[in-house]
Amino acid sequence: MNWFYFASPPTFYRLAGTLMPFFFVLAALLSAAGLYEGLWVAPTDAQQGEVYRVIFIHVPAAWMSMFLYFVMACYSGLSLTFNTRLGAMMARAVAPTGALFTFIALWTGAFWGRPTWGTYWAWDARMVSELVLLFLYFGYIALANAFEDPRRGDRAASLLALVGIVNLPIIYFSVQWWNTLHQGSTVKLTGSSMHVTMLTAMLLMTFASWMYSIAAILWRARSIILERERRTRWVRAL
Amino acid sequence: MSALEARGLACARGDVRLFRDVSFAALPGEWIALTGANGSGKTTLLRCVAGLVRPESGEVLWDGRPAHASGSTLHENAVFVGHAPGVKDDLTAAENLRDALALRGVACGEAAMDEALGQVGLSTRRRLAARRLSAGQRRRIGLARLWLDPAPVWLLDEPLAALDAEGERLFSGMLERHLARGGLAVVATHHALAPAPDREVRLGS
Amino acid sequence: MTGFRWAFARDLRLAWRHPGETFLVIVFFAIVASLFPLGVGAEPQVLARIGPGVIWVCALLAALLSLPSMLSSDYIDGSLEQMALSPHPMASWVTGKIAAHWSVTGLPLTLLSPLLGLEYGLEADTQAVLAAGLLLGTPVLSLLGAACSALTLGARGAGTLLALLALPLFVPVLIFGAGAAQAQASGLSPQAALSLLGAGLIFAGLAVPPAACAAIRIALD
Repeated sequence: MNWFYFASPPTFYRLAGTLMPFFFVLAALLSAAGLYEGLWVAPTDAQQGEVYRVIFIHVPAAWMSMFLYFVMACYSGLSLTFNTRLGAMMARAVAPTGALFTFIALWTGAFWGRPTWGTYWAWDARMVSELVLLFLYFGYIALANAFEDPRRGDRAASLLALVGIVNLPIIYFSVQWWNTLHQGSTVKLTGSSMHVTMLTAMLLMTFASWMYSIAAILWRARSIILERERRTRWVRAL
Repeated sequence: MSALEARGLACARGDVRLFRDVSFAALPGEWIALTGANGSGKTTLLRCVAGLVRPESGEVLWDGRPAHASGSTLHENAVFVGHAPGVKDDLTAAENLRDALALRGVACGEAAMDEALGQVGLSTRRRLAARRLSAGQRRRIGLARLWLDPAPVWLLDEPLAALDAEGERLFSGMLERHLARGGLAVVATHHALAPAPDREVRLGS
Repeated sequence: MTGFRWAFARDLRLAWRHPGETFLVIVFFAIVASLFPLGVGAEPQVLARIGPGVIWVCALLAALLSLPSMLSSDYIDGSLEQMALSPHPMASWVTGKIAAHWSVTGLPLTLLSPLLGLEYGLEADTQAVLAAGLLLGTPVLSLLGAACSALTLGARGAGTLLALLALPLFVPVLIFGAGAAQAQASGLSPQAALSLLGAGLIFAGLAVPPAACAAIRIALD
């Protein structure tokens, strides 16, 4: 299959438009199922009570935030290697969604931290890594928009994303090490081992976030394509 | 002797397509003028030929082979003079010249450099920090470099900018000497230069 | 003459002609480090605890201050494109510039750190580990900073954007550098952290110059 066929903006625009509604619907269905499972079906945790249920949003958000950075780095790599316009546009479309999930992870983490450790922000390894990840997303978005020529912004930001993906494990590892040095709290997700319904709920919510991300990214990619290609014939024909 | 050729070059800046399907060839002893109004893409085209800008389509050939692939010898054989003359304010004219030549791998003695600076009228000013020189005098440091650099290819962007009438005469003389020795040049300019170009590529029409 | 030697000698010569800029960075480092006790109180135990971390953060900020001058003046006056078009491989003169930058910022900071250590009442062995960490870590700051500086050439708001890009990347260096000194101060071995810094230096020395070259090519495009 000729993948470069889909790398043409008009083709991708149409394809994205057709697929988008399906993903939104899937996301809605999966979140409904996941929330039901997590808020109704899963049992109360022995040590943390009802409050632990926030992990059904916190953990999927954290996973998505890191996964989306990886996706962004992949699109960046593709756009630099093959010099396609669409690769960079996709990376730009991913960034805000990734930043959103990082922010959600931080917020829900703080709300979970308050009852659990008595403080909103506890400087544990995962939270600090999430915070640095948020700065990496902001840096990408800021750099991409810092130039008059959007293509220059594309390329610079793509290179930054690649530098970031190499540094992300290093940063994560260094923060873990820092945490052990300063006897920080290692957080247990739940007191006992995870009940199977909790795991199901988390997986459902993760898939829901994934579907939502795809839908949101396709939507954003379409509007980026329209804006960038506004002077071409096919856009004016729309 | 090698020829410099451009085939079907196209370039865009932001959303605007500057030029498309530009082709020309320069043989040793010839020079090509790139003309056009301000903003028509002369500088971008020249930078494409030099290898600073990647064109959207088309290619530049040196000696029949791709000029900017690895293994190409264009970089060793070409001198590029852009809008900004590449002169450091804190260094003297003599030091700037020496650095520029060393960067290009041109071995040159003090005497030859002093003579070159004399040729371009900077002999009394060669030990002044470049920030004390006028724009025209800084341009002349670039002329001294061209005088001493044996590279056969000249890629020049508005070489007469900031030069007075005497500077223009100096440059014309140097260009003639360069062409007579079998060199070639691609010059973006909106001045009329002597000797007349062998070919003119007009942009922005 | 190789590209490295050309760039290294030239940048050192330029820094020598402009000593004010270099001294400014070092003075900034010393001033900021001296501000912390004024803000936190001069209790010896507190100062000894926060000393390594504070000195490291000051080193990071000083590095950030000095970074723009590495590439932006060459970019503006046209020297950068001349260097990009030279027959020398780009990585060689980029590394030369980074080495020169470190010689006039990171190295003086490292040499000055014992004096600041005195201000904070650090023990001699802690100071030694701190200096060793700075010696290994400041080149990494110069390397990473060079790549970020190249990415932001000609950007709107380049100065603050540079900080946003570089500081997250500096975090591991800060953690391991300050962590080594703190480990030493609490009686643990600083070896692990220092080895990691050393490994980081080797990795950065190999991996960052190509990234910086790619960023410079993007900037000149």
